[in-house]
Amino acid sequence: MENLIEYAPLLARGALITVLLALAALAMATVLGGLGAMGKISGGRIVRLLVFGYTTIVRGVPDLVLILLIYFGGQRLISIASNAVGLEYIELSKFWSGVVAIGFIYGAYLTETFRGAYLTVPAGQREAAMSMGMRPVQVLRAVTLPQLVRFALPGYANVWQVLVKSTAVVSVIGLEDLVGLANDAGKSVREPFLFFTAVFFAYLFFTWVSQSIFNAAEKRYALKEHGDAV
Amino acid sequence: MRFDLVAKNWELFAEGMWMTLQLTGLSVLIGFCIALPFGMIRANSNGIGSKLINAYVYAFRGTPLLVQLYLIYYGLSQFEWVRGSFAWVILREAWWCALIAFSLNSGAYATEIIRGAVQSVPEGELEAAKSLGMSPFKVNRLVLIPAALRRALPQYGNEVVFMLHGSVVASIITIQDILGVGRTLNARYYLAYEGFLTAAALYMALAFSVVFVFRQLEKRYLGYLRVSR
Repeated sequence: MENLIEYAPLLARGALITVLLALAALAMATVLGGLGAMGKISGGRIVRLLVFGYTTIVRGVPDLVLILLIYFGGQRLISIASNAVGLEYIELSKFWSGVVAIGFIYGAYLTETFRGAYLTVPAGQREAAMSMGMRPVQVLRAVTLPQLVRFALPGYANVWQVLVKSTAVVSVIGLEDLVGLANDAGKSVREPFLFFTAVFFAYLFFTWVSQSIFNAAEKRYALKEHGDAV
Repeated sequence: MRFDLVAKNWELFAEGMWMTLQLTGLSVLIGFCIALPFGMIRANSNGIGSKLINAYVYAFRGTPLLVQLYLIYYGLSQFEWVRGSFAWVILREAWWCALIAFSLNSGAYATEIIRGAVQSVPEGELEAAKSLGMSPFKVNRLVLIPAALRRALPQYGNEVVFMLHGSVVASIITIQDILGVGRTLNARYYLAYEGFLTAAALYMALAFSVVFVFRQLEKRYLGYLRVSR
C-alpha cells in the first residue's frame, strides 16, 4: 500500500494524459462526425460514397489494429519521407498517434449519431424558418442545432463512454498513460494487483463523473414544461 | 508492399483466425450462461442479489477490457496463495486468463441486454400464459425466455461484434490471435503495414459475417414482429 501512495503522483500524471487523450480524440471525432453527417445528408454521390466507405470500414476494424497501423505505418512513412529530403530522424508522437486513431474511429460512430439526430428534427420546422426569410446559417443556428443537441446527447454520451475505455489500449504503443504507467510501476514493485485495482477504480470514477455531467446536460437541453424550473 | 509474405504465411493467419474465433465464441457463450440468470433476476427483483449483480455489471461495463485482463493475468500472480493453489495451473496460462476476462466482460454487457429484453416482453403475453394454467416455471420456459431472446437478437449481434473487436487485447499478452499473428509477421520481416492491414481485413470480414448471420437470425426469429411495424 505504501508503494501505491509513493507512486500516486506518477499515476495522477498518467490519469491526466488519459483524460487529455480522450478529450482531444473526442474533439477530433466530433469534427469528423459533423463533417461526415453533413456529407451523408447533403453531399453529392461521390461524397456520400466516401462517407459510407469511411463509416463502414472503420466500424469493422478493432481500435488496437488501427492504432498500431497509424503509429508504426505512420512512422515508416515519415522515415521514408524525411530520408528522401535528407532530414534527421523524426519520431512520431505516441500521444497524437493515439488521438488520431481514436478520433478517426469514433468520428465514424458520431457520423451516425449526428445524422440520426438531424433526421429527427422535423423538416417542417426548417421549412417554416426558411419561409420566414431566415438564411440557411440562421436556420441551422437558431432552429436545427438546439434541437439536434437534444436528440444527439444520449448517443454522444454513449460514444464518449466507449471512447474513454478505448484509450487504455494506446498504452500498447508505449504511451505513458494511466494504464501504461500502472503496468510499469506495478511490475517493478511486484504489486500489479494493487496498481491495476487502482486503475480499475480510476476508470470507474471517469465513467461516473462523465455520466453525471451528461445527465445534467440532458436535463439542461430537455424540453421544458410550463412551470419547470430552468 | 510485400503481401507475398502474407500469402507465404497464410497458415499462421488461419491459425490466428481460429484462435480469435475460439476466444470470441467461447466467451460469448459463457457470457450468455452468466447473463441469462443474472438478467432475469435484474428484471424481476430489486433485492440484495439484484443489487450485487448490478455492481458487477457496472464495474465491468465501466472499465476497459484491457485493465480487466491485466488485473487477472498480471494482477493475480501477486499473491503467493494464488500461485500455490491448484487454480494456478489455469491462471498462469494467458489463454485461460483471456477467456475468463472476456467471459466476465461479455456476461456484464449481456446481462443488461437480457434485462432490457425481458422487460420489453408485453405483460399480456405472460398473463395469457398464466390464464392457461401454466406454472411460473413453464411460463418462463415456454413464453418469457423465447420471447425475450428473440427481442435481444439485434443488440446481441452488436455485443458479439464488440467482443470480436475487444478480443484483440489477447495479442498483448502473447496470444497468437489474428492481430498477434500480424504483429509476429511484421516483427519477423521488419514490415510496417502488411501484417496489420491483413489483420484489419480479416477482422472486418469476420465482423461483417457476424452482422450477416444475425440479420438472418432476426429475419427468421424476429420477422413476425417486424410486420406490425
